[in-house]
Amino acid sequence: MKRTVPLVIAIVAGFVLLIANFIPYAEDWGLTAQEWFNILAVGAMVLGGGNLIKLHLMKVSGQRKGWGYSVVTIVCFFGTLVIGMSKLGVHPNTLYPNYAWSGYYLERGSGLWWIYQHMVVPLTSMMFAMLAFYVATAAFRAFRAKNIEATLLLVTAGIVLLGRTYAGVWFFDNGWWSCPDWLLWLRFDNLTVWIMDIPNTAGTRAITIGIALGVVATSLRILLGVDRSYLGQD
Amino acid sequence: MLLAVAIPILTKTVFPEVVSKQAKMVFDAIDDLPDGSRILLSYDFDPASQGELLPMAQAFTRHCSIKGHKQYYMALWPLGSPMVDLSIDTIKSEYPDMVRGEDYVKFDYKTGGEAVIRMITQDLRGMFELDSRGISLDDIPMTKNVKNIQDMDLIINVSAGDPGTKQWVQFAATPFGITTVSGCTGVQAPQMYPYIPEQLAGVLGAIKAAAEYEAAIDEAYPSIADNPKAQEAKRRMGPQLVAHSLMIGLILVGNWIFFMSRKRGQA
Repeated sequence: MKRTVPLVIAIVAGFVLLIANFIPYAEDWGLTAQEWFNILAVGAMVLGGGNLIKLHLMKVSGQRKGWGYSVVTIVCFFGTLVIGMSKLGVHPNTLYPNYAWSGYYLERGSGLWWIYQHMVVPLTSMMFAMLAFYVATAAFRAFRAKNIEATLLLVTAGIVLLGRTYAGVWFFDNGWWSCPDWLLWLRFDNLTVWIMDIPNTAGTRAITIGIALGVVATSLRILLGVDRSYLGQD
Repeated sequence: MLLAVAIPILTKTVFPEVVSKQAKMVFDAIDDLPDGSRILLSYDFDPASQGELLPMAQAFTRHCSIKGHKQYYMALWPLGSPMVDLSIDTIKSEYPDMVRGEDYVKFDYKTGGEAVIRMITQDLRGMFELDSRGISLDDIPMTKNVKNIQDMDLIINVSAGDPGTKQWVQFAATPFGITTVSGCTGVQAPQMYPYIPEQLAGVLGAIKAAAEYEAAIDEAYPSIADNPKAQEAKRRMGPQLVAHSLMIGLILVGNWIFFMSRKRGQA
């Protein structure tokens, strides 16, 4: 029962969406299935939050390695949840002044806005900014001209790196030298466009078609009940 | 690397931009529409990628506002909604004649990703009964006659991942033929080029393309060049130039050391 019911739901929903896509009469069925999906997606968010807390509570209670970080996660989770749900510092919507919680949850100056502005924004921006250093070290290691393939990668990366800046234009058109028109295609920014338009697009299209075929095959296996891996182990 | 990025920022070094074919395609997709066209802008990114994507999102807002397009904002990412607020702040401060509900409207974040797109291609009210201020769409002048997003003249998607441009192409642009342009991160851009020109009318890849797009707007509407906030992407190209040059220099030095050490090993 525990596996059969989800299996039936998945197969029915899958076929409904498939039929709704091809038969105009069944279009409304597809919309209903999507409404259900959206409701379930909200439920999944709650489930995800619950699971996160369960895992971290287990880590803290077992005092496993790094349990201090779990304490921080739990405190932040509940702090944000309480401040957000209670709309701390949010004024009622001017259209509905009698409803205390009718205001915009991220109103400037509110508790959640403060968390967003002073914690979420700097922390996530810092994480993204650190990528620059990781990319730099990874590039330094990857772009060694060990063989023909690595050399090709190195040359391509060099062209794209320069083509993505004003240097790509400047090398070919500056105060000392101006590139003749018939050689303009060699300018780094033009070469970058060519690399993106031709070799990159060809490769990406091939990969995309391959993925699409894989998705079709996997979807069919799920729809026919052959692939049940998404149900988990229990 | 820290200095390479910091010095151009502190010295406010700005380099000229040559508008590429891609940036021109995106510019034309918006500019060629008759004034007052309906444009859906979906901000599918968060503060982590705002350094790369916010300047182009703001450029989209300014361009649409100059053209007097009706702007319908939404977000498929929970933290995309505050990004939309930044664009609305831009409209309020730089285009005070524009009226909320008549010229621009915001729909709050809804969970579901691609399911949200699928739903609003058929029935906008099935997903958004109210705007972000809690007003019924039937009472808002610019939404009361909109049944679904097939009524839009253009979709602009600013994307940092999934759900994002790929989903807009799969579930809105391709099945319903809605003209769509995308502004995305540099990592995503190579995956988006194959959709051009049939499924996407143009792609702005990362901050470089945003700077070119700003330059295209400057050329067409010179008055905006006086607004320093409208030159944000161009300003960020200074650090990119120095950092990229440093990277290339280090890679060349690294390779020279590699060859020298290999030569010594062989000897």
